[in-house]
Parts: sequence; C-alpha cells; structure tokens
Amino acid sequence: MTPALEISHLKKRFGGLPATRDVSLTVMPGERRLIIGPNGAGKTTLFNLVTGDLTPDEGSVKLFGREMLKLPTQQRVHLGLARTYQILTLFPKETLLHNVVLALLGLDRSRWNPWAYLAGQRRLYDAARAALVQVGLGEIAERVVGETSYGERRRLEMAMALAQKPKVLLLDEPLAGLSQEERKQVRDVLNAVPRDVTIVMIEHDMDSALAFAERITLLHYGEVIVEGTRAEVVADPRTKEVYLGE
Amino acid sequence: MQFWIIQTLNSVAFGGLLFLLSSGFSLAFGLMRIPNLAHGGFFMLGAYLGATIVSVGGNFWVAVLGAGLGVGLIGILFERLILRRLAGNVQGQVLVTLGVSFIIADLCLMIWTGDPWTLPAPSELRPPIRLGGFAFPTFRLVVLGIALVVAAALYVLMDRTRLGAMIRAGVDDMEMARGVGIPVSLLFTVVFSLGALLAGLGGTLGAPMLNAYPGLDADMLPLALIVVILGGAGSLLGAFVGSFAVGFLYNFGIALFPDLAYFILFLPMVLVLVFRPQGLFGRVAS
Amino acid sequence: MTRRLVALVLVAAALLAVPLVITNEFYLNLASQILIYGLLAVSLNLLVGYGGMVSLGHASFIGLTSYTAVLLLNAGFDQLTTALVAVAFSTLCGALFGVLALRASGIGFLMITLALGQIVWGIAYRANNLTGGDNGIRFAARPQPFGVDISSAPHFYYFTLIVFAVALFFIWRLVRSPFGAALQGARDQPRRMRMLGHNVWLIQWLAFVLSAFWGSVAGLLYVYYNLFISPHAISLQQSAETLLMAILGGASTLTGPIVGAIIITLVKNVVSTYIDRWNSLLGAIFVIVIMFMPFGIVPGLRQLWVRWRRRAKTERAV
Repeated sequence: MTPALEISHLKKRFGGLPATRDVSLTVMPGERRLIIGPNGAGKTTLFNLVTGDLTPDEGSVKLFGREMLKLPTQQRVHLGLARTYQILTLFPKETLLHNVVLALLGLDRSRWNPWAYLAGQRRLYDAARAALVQVGLGEIAERVVGETSYGERRRLEMAMALAQKPKVLLLDEPLAGLSQEERKQVRDVLNAVPRDVTIVMIEHDMDSALAFAERITLLHYGEVIVEGTRAEVVADPRTKEVYLGE
Repeated sequence: MQFWIIQTLNSVAFGGLLFLLSSGFSLAFGLMRIPNLAHGGFFMLGAYLGATIVSVGGNFWVAVLGAGLGVGLIGILFERLILRRLAGNVQGQVLVTLGVSFIIADLCLMIWTGDPWTLPAPSELRPPIRLGGFAFPTFRLVVLGIALVVAAALYVLMDRTRLGAMIRAGVDDMEMARGVGIPVSLLFTVVFSLGALLAGLGGTLGAPMLNAYPGLDADMLPLALIVVILGGAGSLLGAFVGSFAVGFLYNFGIALFPDLAYFILFLPMVLVLVFRPQGLFGRVAS
Repeated sequence: MTRRLVALVLVAAALLAVPLVITNEFYLNLASQILIYGLLAVSLNLLVGYGGMVSLGHASFIGLTSYTAVLLLNAGFDQLTTALVAVAFSTLCGALFGVLALRASGIGFLMITLALGQIVWGIAYRANNLTGGDNGIRFAARPQPFGVDISSAPHFYYFTLIVFAVALFFIWRLVRSPFGAALQGARDQPRRMRMLGHNVWLIQWLAFVLSAFWGSVAGLLYVYYNLFISPHAISLQQSAETLLMAILGGASTLTGPIVGAIIITLVKNVVSTYIDRWNSLLGAIFVIVIMFMPFGIVPGLRQLWVRWRRRAKTERAV
C-alpha cells in the first residue's frame, strides 16, 4: 500500500545550526501518528518542511506517492494536506464563520470570482457551519474571533482544517493551553474523524495525547530517536532518557 | 579625450557629493528600517542656508558648517517630535517623511522664491589646477577630498568606536540590540540627525556645482534612494561604492543619452530591488 | 438594508442634480474633477486598503494612458481605438509593474512602485520629441460617445458620472465577492491563506492589475477632461496626493477614498485661489492624518456614530 505521507532523509539547517537532520518517517493511510519530543526537537520545523513554509536542504516528502518538494504550499493543500498551527494563525477581526469560509474558499473554484456576493453562497456557508458544529462551535458561529476564548480559537483552527476534508491532517499541539474540559472536547472531535483521514499530531505533553496515538515517533535534536507502537515507545529506555527523564 | 577626462572627473566629484548625501541616509535606513523621503529636502535646505549665509557676508566654510548644524538640528526635532511618536508603524513613518518633504519644499519656495540661488566657490579655489595639459576644477577636487575624509571618519566611527559597534548591532538585529541593553531609541536620534547634518553640509558644498533651486530636493532624493538600494541599507561600504557608481551613471547618462537619463538610473534600482532586495552589499533582508 | 437603499437613491439623485444646482462652470468642473480623482483613489485603494500594499506610483497610470491616447489620436486612430488601446497598454504596464513590485513586500514594495513611477515620469519629462517634455502635449478633442457631444461642462460631468458609477459598481461587487474576501485574507494572514490553498501571489497580482486597470480608466477621464498631459500630472506628488486621499478618507472602506478625494480636491482648488501654500498644507494634512487619524475620516465618523447611538439607546432605556 502507498503510504499517505512518506518523508525520507529530510535535512534543514538554519545558518550553521541543524534543525532537522536526516529525518525519515512513513505514515500509512488512516493511521494516527503522534510525534513527541522536548522543546527544540524540530517538530514544528518538520511540519513547516512538509507544508512548504520552509524549503529543506535535502530529502523528499511524498503525499500518496507524489513528490511535493517542488510544489508551492497551496498546491500541496489542493492535494489533500491540511494543518493547524501551534501559534494561532486566524483572522481575528472576522467571524468564526468567515474564517471557515476562507478555508473552504481555498479549495473552491469560486475563489477567483470577483462578481458574486460571498455572503450569498449558501453552499459554502452551510458547509462552514457544519464544520463549526462538528467542533462544538455552532452556537457562536457569528461571533468575531477577537471575542472568543483561547480554547474556542483552538477548536476553530481544527474546524478550518477539517472543513477542507483533507486526506492528511497535520495537528501542531492542538491540546496546548486547554483546560481538562476543553481537552476532552478536542479529543472527542478527533476520535470522530473518519478513518480515511490520516492524522499526524505533534504534542509536547505526552500524557495528554498518548491515548490517541497508534504509533509514536520520538524526535530529539532534529533526529528520530525511537519509533514504534505506543507500548514499544513508552517502554524504550531511550524514551525515558530524552523525554520522560526530564 | 578631453570630454572623457572631464566627465570622469565630474562623475567622481559628483560621486563624492552623493556620498555626503547618502551615507547618513543609508545608516538611518539600515537602523530605523525606513527611507527618509525628506532627505532630498534636507539637502536642498542645506544649499539654501549656505547660500544665504554667504550672501550676508559669511565665509564659505562657515556657511558649510552652519548649514550642516542647522539641518542637523531640524533632523533632531523631526525625529524626536514626529517619527518617535510613530514607532513601530513603519509605513506611517515613511509617509510622514514624505509629508514633511512637501512642507520643506514649499517653505523653501516661499522663503527663497522660485529663482535659483547661486553660490560661487570660495575665491581661493576658483583657479583650476593644471596638470599634463588639462585644467582640473579645483573646487570639485576639494569636494571629493572632503567626501573622502568624511568617509574615513565614518569608517573609524563605525568600526572603531563603541557608538559604531552599537549602530552596527542595531542594523544587524534590532531585538538583540535592545535585549543587550543598547539605547536603541537614542541611537535613532543620533543617526538620523547625523544623516541630516551630512545632507546639510553636502547641500552647501554642492551648491557651487548645482545651485539651489526649487526641485533640487526631488532631483537628489531619487539619487540617494538609488545609492542605498544598490549598496544596501546600513552598509557604509555599499553607500561608498553606490555613490560613485551612481555618479558615473548619472553624468555619463545625461551626457550621452539625455532622453533616457532617468531610465538608466532607475532601471538598476528596480533590478536590484527585484533580484537582490538586500542590496549588493547589504546584510539585512528588507 | 432598505435604509441603505434609500440612502443610495438619495445620493444618486443628488449626483444627478449637481449640474442643475451648480450652474457655475468652474464649480461644475470641480465636481467632474472630484469624480476623476475619486475613481483614481478608489482604484488605488483596492491595493492599499483591501490588499495592504502601499503604492507610491499610482499616478503613472494617468500618464501611461494619457500619453498613449495623445500619441494614438495624433497618429490618426479613431477615438474608440485610442481609448481601448490606451487603457489596455497602461493596464499591461501595470501587469508588468505588479510582477516587479510583488517581489517585495512592505517598504520594498513601496520603493519599487516609487521607482517605477519615477521611471514613467522621467521618460515623460525627458523624451522631448515624443512627449513634449516639460511643456506637455495636447489631446485634440473629447470623443463623442454614441454621437453625444460631451464638450460642455454639464455633459462632461454626466459622462464622467456614468463611468464613475459603473467603475464603483464593479469595485463594490469585487470587495464583497469571494475574490475580495481572499484579497483581504491575503492582506491579514498571507501564510495562513497559502496553507488554506490560496495562491497569495496570484491574488495580489490580479488585484494590482485590476487597480491599474481602473486607474487607467481614471487616466483616460483625466486626459478627456484636461485635453492635455504633462509630467506634472504624474509626479511623485500626484501619486502621494492620491495615496493621501485614500488614507485620509479611510483605506478600509469603499467610500473613504471618495471622501478623501472630495476634501483634497476642494481644499486644493479653494485654497490655491487664495494662497499658494498648497504644498505646505498638503504636507501638513499628510502628517496630521497619519499621526492622529491613521484609520481615516469615514471609519472615525462611523465609530462616533456607533458610540452616539449606543449612548442614545442607554439613555432611552433609563
């Protein structure tokens, strides 16, 4: 079977400092993969290389067997890649609904239409509302992002990515800064995502995401240290050394 | 032959003048991240002030100094009273410098009228130097000499003094400089007014070649912009090389292809902006 | 919604009635000028307000259109061909300028547009035998669209009003269209927009081209109105004035630049009949607006209105 995401020998240096050294990673379709590692392990850099925000020095990134390194970010998105950001990257003066509509527009041909009335596009707005309902924000869809709580914004990030119906979804610390209650909500949302979506999730805090993962990759100083099933990685002495031992 | 030698000398002398105009401009641009669009106005103001001081009986060199100090003072006021209040709003700052350039141009027109003011070179420098059958205008050589002295002084300032080290740190990485306790906001005032002072000096020194006339500011500002874009904002070496390069382009451009003079000037600027936005010698990406 | 419709009808009626009320030719021509500069400012605002790209070279589209129109008409082409080719050529130049300017963002963008504007100005100024240099060059006569003579002040006003209304209608549609939303998204969060599948470069370039197109249409009106073009009309100062109109009125709104154009054109014409310190005043307005009214007049007034209504409401509740 073709892997959903296949990263091989990816390398990236900033100035003289290596941020990613020779990372290889294979994620099968439908898999739930957790990437863990202490701060500065190069987790977000890895995502930026996959999405095209950064250009690697060497290596390859394939989505369902197709090489993506030469493609600009937006084309990778059109091939089925979506991501959320660890540092919230939203449109703060717009409503939640408008945020999701922009996400839907990104994949919709009508985005080039300079004539139609956007607010009259039922199809887009219905889909956007559905995505907000999916993450439990249906009630406040008309609220401006600037007036929502941090937890609500985290879920909006998720709604924007899910609305695009991606094949591969990259989640950058979706649980960071959330209360217990909110974490449960996000986990429920994630559990409800159908299996035809492959999910790769970064988490700094291992405990909160452990239950979700089937396979875990441990990154440290831009390198893959351990990879395996949840039980294997937790049991591995190197995990304890670089991560749990801290 | 005569044509080429004279044009070359004119280009070099004009390059020296451009260095006076653009070195401080470049340092301020590098440090504060904004092009001061009133800089051409500062130069013109220097020319008028110098011409006025001489016309009321002042010595030429006193006029040069007076114009420099006067314009430098205006620079301090402008930075302290206006630019400072817009800290962080780079776009606003640029537009404000443009607004001030209109005010300067108009006030100059009001005070000194629309007729050009001429400022003769000091009498002792009027007789040309004769060398190998050619006559070289002494005053231009002196201006070139002054520019070289200023260049050397700025080099020592930037490379050998604590102040220079702080400015370089600010140009390289503002946040880092702030972080290690460099008084960045004081540096802004110092560098900005130094640029104004040099422009003022340059204005008076240039007046015997260019005269002081309405529109001098609009003629000089693009030249300073081009120098800095070619050389890279904040780079002294870049300003030096850029000044002489533009000196040659401008003089020979006007002499050989008068119709296309502006095209010849602005095209390299656009090309550098497009293909090497940090400038040929610049380290900071814009 | 209905209240807006009423307001729109009232404004339209007022605009149509202008030549009936203002019979003085000087003031009627002033109204035509306002419409022309209003269109120029609105077209620039597509870039500045909705796209977040501050350009200091917008007056070059007046020049490109006007000079092309003059040269074509003098070469014996008919008015329609002249108009179409002039606007097309100017827009094409805009497309090229956009490619160059979009290599940079922020101050870099501003400086490239400034340099390009100066190149156009410099060519107009220096290429004497083509452009007449500093003296400028004359446009033979206004066209007669569909056989209607627009040489008189009222007729020209109506002609300008129609073009202005059509342009404004298209731009209004654009601003609230999916493309308009994408343009504003690209202004606020370019990186996120890419990650949502939007081609940010193409969005911004298309906005640049559209802005150039409507700017060129304003340029055509300019040369029809003045029957003359000189480098003076396309100087850096004219570009700056246009930018000031957009910012003064409020770059985040559709109507702001029109308000800006009204104020600047009136002040400029009225003030310059009394004193010739227009440039000082222009500079001072520039400085004051940027320092104290960075969001412009229209959003400022709107805020006041909202506050006033809220207060009125709470008073009634008490």
